[in-house]
Amino acid sequence: MTSDPTSAGPLLELHGITKAFPGVLANDRVDLELRAGEVHALLGENGAGKSTLISILSGMYRPDAGEIRFQGREVEIDSPRAAIELGIGTVYQHLTLVPTLSVLENLMLGSHGGTGRLDLASANDRFAELARLLGVDFASGARAGALALGQQQQVEIMKALWRQGSRVLILDEPTSMLTPQGYEELRRELEHLKDGGLAVVLITHKLHEAIELGDRVTVLRAGRKVGSLAPDDLRGRSESELSARIVEMMFGEQAAELADAVEVEAAPAARESPRRELGAVALRVRDLALDADDGVVGLSGVGLEVRAGEIVGIAGVDGNGQRELAELIAGQRRPRRGEVLLFDEDVTRLGVREREARGLRYVTDDRLGEGTVGDLDVAMNAVLKRIGRAPFWRGGTERREEIDRFAEGLVDRFDVRTPSVQTRIATLSGGNVQKLLLAREFAGEPRAVVFNKPTHGLDVRTAEFVREQIREAAGAGLAALVISTEIEELVDLCDRIAVMSRGEVTGEVENSPGVEERIGALMVARAGAGVPAGSAS
Amino acid sequence: MRARVVAIGKSTLIAVVPIVLALVVMGILLAALGRDPFTFYADMFQRGLFEWQGFQESIIRSAPLLLIAAGLIVAFRASLWNLGGDGQFLLGAALTAGLAPSLLDALGVWPMLLITMAIAMLVGGAWTIIPAVLRGRYGVNEIITTLMMSFIGIGVANVLVKGPFRTDVGGVARTDVVPFDERFPLLFGTRIHLGFVIGLIAILAVHVLMTRTSLGLRMRILGASPRAALHAGLNPLRLTVIAFVLSGALIGLSGSVEILGVQGSFRADFNPAYGLLVIPLVFLARLNAIGSLALVIVFSVIQIGGESAAREADVTSDVLLVLVGLMLLFMAVVEYLRVRRGLGMAFVPPEVADRLRPPGGEGGGGAQAGEPRPALGAEKAGSR
Amino acid sequence: MSDLLSQDFLTALIAGGLVAAVPLLYASLGELVAEQAGVLNVGLGGYMLLGAFLAFVITYNTGSEWLGMLAGIVAGAAGALVMAVLCVRMNLDQIVIGIAILLVAEGATSLLHGAAYAESRPSLGSPSELAIPGLKEIPILGESLFSQNAIVYIGIALAFVVGWVLKRTSAGLSIRAAGERPEALDAAGVSVTATRTWATLCAGGLAGLGGAYLVIVGAGSFTPFITQGSGFIAIVIAMLSRGRAPWTIVGAVLFGLSLSVATALQLIGVNIQTDYVQMLPFVVVIVVLVLFARRSYLPSALALPYVRGEK
Repeated sequence: MTSDPTSAGPLLELHGITKAFPGVLANDRVDLELRAGEVHALLGENGAGKSTLISILSGMYRPDAGEIRFQGREVEIDSPRAAIELGIGTVYQHLTLVPTLSVLENLMLGSHGGTGRLDLASANDRFAELARLLGVDFASGARAGALALGQQQQVEIMKALWRQGSRVLILDEPTSMLTPQGYEELRRELEHLKDGGLAVVLITHKLHEAIELGDRVTVLRAGRKVGSLAPDDLRGRSESELSARIVEMMFGEQAAELADAVEVEAAPAARESPRRELGAVALRVRDLALDADDGVVGLSGVGLEVRAGEIVGIAGVDGNGQRELAELIAGQRRPRRGEVLLFDEDVTRLGVREREARGLRYVTDDRLGEGTVGDLDVAMNAVLKRIGRAPFWRGGTERREEIDRFAEGLVDRFDVRTPSVQTRIATLSGGNVQKLLLAREFAGEPRAVVFNKPTHGLDVRTAEFVREQIREAAGAGLAALVISTEIEELVDLCDRIAVMSRGEVTGEVENSPGVEERIGALMVARAGAGVPAGSAS
Repeated sequence: MRARVVAIGKSTLIAVVPIVLALVVMGILLAALGRDPFTFYADMFQRGLFEWQGFQESIIRSAPLLLIAAGLIVAFRASLWNLGGDGQFLLGAALTAGLAPSLLDALGVWPMLLITMAIAMLVGGAWTIIPAVLRGRYGVNEIITTLMMSFIGIGVANVLVKGPFRTDVGGVARTDVVPFDERFPLLFGTRIHLGFVIGLIAILAVHVLMTRTSLGLRMRILGASPRAALHAGLNPLRLTVIAFVLSGALIGLSGSVEILGVQGSFRADFNPAYGLLVIPLVFLARLNAIGSLALVIVFSVIQIGGESAAREADVTSDVLLVLVGLMLLFMAVVEYLRVRRGLGMAFVPPEVADRLRPPGGEGGGGAQAGEPRPALGAEKAGSR
Repeated sequence: MSDLLSQDFLTALIAGGLVAAVPLLYASLGELVAEQAGVLNVGLGGYMLLGAFLAFVITYNTGSEWLGMLAGIVAGAAGALVMAVLCVRMNLDQIVIGIAILLVAEGATSLLHGAAYAESRPSLGSPSELAIPGLKEIPILGESLFSQNAIVYIGIALAFVVGWVLKRTSAGLSIRAAGERPEALDAAGVSVTATRTWATLCAGGLAGLGGAYLVIVGAGSFTPFITQGSGFIAIVIAMLSRGRAPWTIVGAVLFGLSLSVATALQLIGVNIQTDYVQMLPFVVVIVVLVLFARRSYLPSALALPYVRGEK
């Protein structure tokens, strides 16, 4: 790392960067300046073009137009290798570790540039050095796939800094896998790195993160740079004042119209929600346990209750057993122990389809890989969970008109934008796919629905639409269990919030002002002292 | 309507271009060996297509190939790589040839035909159960297991023919011959036998199964995305077994048809290795049954005509392997170029681009050859 | 029964087993490297045939066995180059292209052999240059084990070298990452295309050398389809080795012996059908899989194309 004073001009400049994909102009003449010793926050809602911009910076994509200058000299970053050689390290949002290799092997991957013998001794020295800097608590010989997601992210940061002489560190949504404590740690780490003269790019869609962590903020909307705040702009203004300004940049004229939605992002606070009538206990899980396996987080002693008309949230950092719990409730997995009850009926032994027919539904977070089959059309995906059932199939043969009519009904009711129901679903946007999934699971008579990260990756408007649908359904007596990694969202939506950590429910809180802190504490708590953690396999 | 005609024309063109290219390259190769390619191809089409006798031969050859194609489509659509077709085929053939003579004596022609076909289907299907369960329950790669079961099947077929089924008549080890009159009946005074009808029915039935029924849809979903299958409440293990057994049964039946229609007996070390030859055709037709039907017949013409043309030109009939291999290579390349061209539509909104792309839905990129693109190592469908 | 330990039998068994095992060893070793990098070579048998044919032509015309071996490597690698261009660079389906290469190689070698040598049917005579002097004087085992040529020992050594390379070198890490999580390799600044291309060429070259050995040392002449199912057996061995290169030796010897035991038995008057013995290793492997297979591990990106930016 260099010790250049921050006053010397920009380290890296992007001018007029433009990048188009089929159907989308992802970046439209974007400018960006990075300075040593500064954190530059790149802010924008999902789909604003942040990821494309950093992919260009890290050599994954080549821009269609525009220039990049490094220390005033024009450079071409035509491959990840070129970026690495300039000292640009990237921590991707979707982790890029090889799970079967050890931590050290992952760090050494490609680092020599050559093909020769690995220098384990000096690699271990470097590991120790970075481990001290970042304060990690795992061994260099650990298998990367066996680490918790938070630890994997630390390995990613080590990887980005691995080469001596790193100049730029790009962090893509780094907080998505962090507990509030982890967030504080990251904040301290960033200070260290800045002191070392590193230029940091921090990509986020959360306004308060940009303000808190960034020395400089650039806002993207629909692929264009719509504004930026220099250090002077950021200093000496109140947070609310800054928020208002940035919200306007992010959403323009829509800011007022989207006030409710934006509030979830900008100023998280428990909403004064209309009290709903709570009915009987609709969904109850008792003492669920699951064995950990490759890529599967173990669960132990998970218990929950959701009443009819109630929205219960599950908070926690991704990968702490939330998905496994959802799949157990949906019937996609079998627990080692414990039971799942729907209105006091034991459904533990039933399959997905029997549960579905009884009104127990699951909206998955993996919309494209799990929730839909990309090569099938919208109509077929609408009846994906009713294959073989009347009236869509009779005697095993499909009744296309029935299927289309049903799908058209769903598309109309949930405003799914699609040319027709015969369109391949893979061509739809993420928001429209999510609307179709909601429509599908809300069809018939849902009584209890598990929502796994229902607004993840959606634009603000669609996200608010989804939350509104959940509220309305709960108002009509649905029992909703909402899994989310965004505490703000849960605070906005839920009556009660349970917290999961390492495959256990570590606690449960009523939603009330100031609840975030307690949730944060529960995220790192352990349910019963001495109970072996399921996730540490 | 017009768009539909254009679309069909386009996909026909896409299938024809690689065939033509392969013929051209083969022609150059033949010329290099001092043979006149034009004479060769003239002989080939004359014999395989335009001469009535030859054409009948071609249709007869297509019968077992249609059944194999039908069997492969079922498995491949479910992303199950049944590469053990040869073993399933030979077991079906060996059991049919071995049991037919005594069944004929005991029960007469029709019961013999029905029983041997049923047995061939049973054994062909049963031969896939181990790979199916290993794949469905433990995620064991089915390429290795079906290949190994195939080697074992070939061995068992030969052991049977050299042992219990061996005829007393001297010479090469083989089974007793089923007399010509007591094999499949011939159709309308031609030499084409009932097997062709069976093959035709099988491939049409598979078409209906895969495109119109809930079982076919379930298998396609399993093939496209095992995780979506689980999410939709399908039973991956059961579907894997069903698809595999159906596939093996059809291929086993094909062995039976080859004996009852053409060979009449099973000679030791008989192995036409049809399995590997049909796989390319099925892919060329993008796992579509109707397309496969057309290509199987084209291929049969090329094979029957080519064997005769090769004799005329004094080259080995293995020359046809080169032709099929080249077709497959060119098909893949043509597909690649087509998909790439689709990528040129950068600024066209997705809805419009979708309408501009040829129907069939492959335009989106990715799956160049056949729709499902299975992962070999990653998916452990049943093990979750 | 004592016949079973006679020198004739052992010599025939071990010598025959090695002749059958060495091509399998080279081919499966190459395939193992390619599979670790995410490339499945269904056309492995095709590379072997190409190698066998060119090795035969070169050795026959130059008289040099070493040149023949080299020609085998070149021809096999040329076949693999087609695979690399179409599947690694253009991302076409590996299984389809693999079958296509196999068919073309089978047809073309048969065609060319028929055109050039069908009348004369020449053979090469017993190999002379490759033997290691001295060792074969050792009694009983000496004859069978050490009259072998250098190619055998190079193959065994190579298995360990490949094992070491995969585990302890930068290139090995890249290969394993290319098969397991290509996007990680790409992000680390190493070209997935280049890594997979080299691994595929390695499979082609080694399979071609295996084919060359089959012709020069094993059969002494080329006949169409001489490799029979060796390509597929080598794929099975590579997959069963699960990325640990030295295990290919075990697999190759096991399958090689089973291919030669019937011949050896005939030599001492025991007449057993070859079909039984040749099935045996497959039966054993299937039984082992049924009894113990919890999960067979293969690289997760095997046979999947890598396109940057696609999940």
